[in-house]
Amino acid sequence: MIRVAGLEVGFGHGRRRVHAVQNVSFTVPEGASYGLVGESGSGKTTALRAIAALVPPAAGRIEVDGRQVAARPDRAFRKKVQMVFQDPYGSLHPRHTVDRILREPCRIHGLGDIDGRIGHMLAEVGLGPAFRFRFPHQLSGGQRQRVAIARALILEPRVLLLDEPTSALDVSVQAEILNLLGDLRAARGLTFLFVSHNLAVVAQMCERVAVMMNGRVVEEADAGQLAAGALAHPYARQLLQASRGYDRELARSLVRFE
Amino acid sequence: MRLEVEKLSVRFPTPTGVVEAVRGVSFAMGAEKLGIVGESGSGKSTLGRAILRLIAPPGEVRAERLAFDGTDLLAADRRTLRRIRGGRIAMVLQDPKFSLNPVMTVGRQIEEAVRVHGRTGRREARERALAMLEAVRIRDPARVYGAWPHELSGGMGQRAMIAIMLAAGPELLIADEPTSALDVTVQMQVLAILDDLVAERGMGLVLISHDLDLVASFCDRVLVMYAGRVVESLPAGELHQATHPYTRGLLACLPDIARPRRRLPVLERDPAWATEELP
Amino acid sequence: MTGLRAWLLAEAPRSSFQARAGRAWLAWLALRRNPLALVGLAIVACLVLVALLAPWLATHSPYDQNLEARLLPPSPAHWLGTDELGRDLYSRLVWGSRITLGIVGLVAVIVGPLGLVVGTLAGYAGGWTDAVLMRLTDVFLAFPRLILALAFVAALGPGIENAVIAIAITAWPPYARIARAETITIRGSDFIAAAVVQGASPLRIIRGHVVPLCLSSLIVRLTLDMAGIILTAAGLGFLGLGAQPPMPEWGAMISTGRQYVLDYWWVAAMPGLAIAAVSLGFNLLGDGLRDVLDPRQR
Repeated sequence: MIRVAGLEVGFGHGRRRVHAVQNVSFTVPEGASYGLVGESGSGKTTALRAIAALVPPAAGRIEVDGRQVAARPDRAFRKKVQMVFQDPYGSLHPRHTVDRILREPCRIHGLGDIDGRIGHMLAEVGLGPAFRFRFPHQLSGGQRQRVAIARALILEPRVLLLDEPTSALDVSVQAEILNLLGDLRAARGLTFLFVSHNLAVVAQMCERVAVMMNGRVVEEADAGQLAAGALAHPYARQLLQASRGYDRELARSLVRFE
Repeated sequence: MRLEVEKLSVRFPTPTGVVEAVRGVSFAMGAEKLGIVGESGSGKSTLGRAILRLIAPPGEVRAERLAFDGTDLLAADRRTLRRIRGGRIAMVLQDPKFSLNPVMTVGRQIEEAVRVHGRTGRREARERALAMLEAVRIRDPARVYGAWPHELSGGMGQRAMIAIMLAAGPELLIADEPTSALDVTVQMQVLAILDDLVAERGMGLVLISHDLDLVASFCDRVLVMYAGRVVESLPAGELHQATHPYTRGLLACLPDIARPRRRLPVLERDPAWATEELP
Repeated sequence: MTGLRAWLLAEAPRSSFQARAGRAWLAWLALRRNPLALVGLAIVACLVLVALLAPWLATHSPYDQNLEARLLPPSPAHWLGTDELGRDLYSRLVWGSRITLGIVGLVAVIVGPLGLVVGTLAGYAGGWTDAVLMRLTDVFLAFPRLILALAFVAALGPGIENAVIAIAITAWPPYARIARAETITIRGSDFIAAAVVQGASPLRIIRGHVVPLCLSSLIVRLTLDMAGIILTAAGLGFLGLGAQPPMPEWGAMISTGRQYVLDYWWVAAMPGLAIAAVSLGFNLLGDGLRDVLDPRQR
């Protein structure tokens, strides 16, 4: 469903140019869930944004559903590929009601029976009709993220790009949102590309994972290997150990990778 | 060093009624690593601030006893409080970007802290500042000494922040989510610094965090907060054998790398947790 | 009343209209807590009422001359006295409020949208569009406003319409700057990225997402600027380049009253007081609105 080959993304010019993503390649089959993990500055979010055509790639090829993603993609692509953002406080327009937030994508794509769709979609993400005319500031973080998911899914996309969708939430709310995402994926046969810094969340959500460091993919593993801790690259192993909690000995032996 | 807190409450009057952010929290601690965990809104950060009397009016702090080494913090006048804050009790906040002064080099800020609390001369202050930077394991202290806060990475900034706080040689450090803005590997290094300081200087540490695994693996003892109250208090090593349904629910809904489940258990909140009698 | 109150403050509104009304009600409650803003609002409301009811409030015609009754001091027959042609000052002030309100309204209608369009376009598009539009703005900003307005009126010819056009042309650049600055901070936010991912066109994003967030700071700025606009209009009138006699424009009235100011102070002082009161009213209201509408406080 998603095929990325030799992707490069950079910002700035000349000597100050930052190579955020360098020679990244991976493939996500239809209906699969693929994870990109890494620490800040690893390029995972930039790669995701390039696939969403929010930042232009400097080189390489991105294909979704067999068609190359254009710099200015058409409506059909937008309808097929949707995204959920990290910060539910920043991804909803502060002056728009939930109704308006969900109505807008339907209007853009000329969908019919908008009222019916909105009601149905709200129910599907576990929000009742009581939430329909509220403003974002009247919602909790988890409720906002549900609205963001509803906004992404109301266009009935086939690919959902998720940029750390639960990292701003409490763990109990995180569990609810992850369950919701899993259910929606199963019900709609969605393809997920899931970006996170949290290995446990990615292990929970994805069948296959790419570990990124300084803009490159250093290791690709499937869920079984991740669960067994069978990672080959020293950086990936270190990341895995560090995410298991504090360990005094490990803290001393940490290595910086350049 | 001994901090005693008995029946501490923090109330904020709002137009829609009084909000009780902290309700009757009691604990005592010595030179140890005490973890306070809870979700957002549980009152854990407010509790940390209340100990230092940093609750701005109209919020009010009440307690049957709030004492640091025998000094009553509730009755203390401004001068006593000032000497204790930053001197004997220091605080580290989540994001170094907001706690460091952006128009002063890191070195100057540490020096200032040294001089305010120690009446030392310029040269001696500088030497101590460099020593502090070394103590928080900054590889090139001289460079960081002359650096501006915006030139530092998140982990480096947080280390500098800790260096400033440690300059006065505090006996108690209150750290409110000191590592949650940092990458896991950097987080580990910053925690190791705090760990050593507790072990070597006999400092007390209150670590406020939402991360149960982190607190369980790092601290000696853990207080679990819910709706402004401590619902469970237990040794950190036994956190995974917690008995309170809230603590158990929180632990259960964490995803586990080694055992991915199809669905995560969801925390069902019992309204009784906010009101029940606590042991 | 309690039913309406409950409807406005409902946790779960049942329509967009109810949700918006509820938010407006909360803003009004916040404004009500600021007594000075209420004073400003009262003055502005007064101005509007007086302008609307001018035919009924005025005791005399604003144009009828009576050379027998020249320069009379305030008295029960002429509440604020008469001017050098024996016209009733009170009635002229009342009718003049229509002119003042007209100027303010026209300028606002021209300046607000113009600044908004230029600023949001420049801010959202960036690059060359931004550079060209902003340098143009800088050119207008480089001249003192009254001088530039004077030059425009001199070129267009004196008269109230030309004065309005001249003021509007010289007043929009700061609005463009504000709108651009706001747009640039909004442009990077996730909700804009979300709109892009949905396939929204740049025009739709500017209209539906950027403009509503710029609007409140522009309204505040406009209200605060009203005093300046009234003063510029009065200044042009005073210099003989705005409203032409015998129109009862307040600035022009001061200008003619100036000759008699030593012996017959009320001729110049009454319109002067009116200008001062209305300017103060707009300023107080603007200050209050800033506290209520500032998006950074939400």
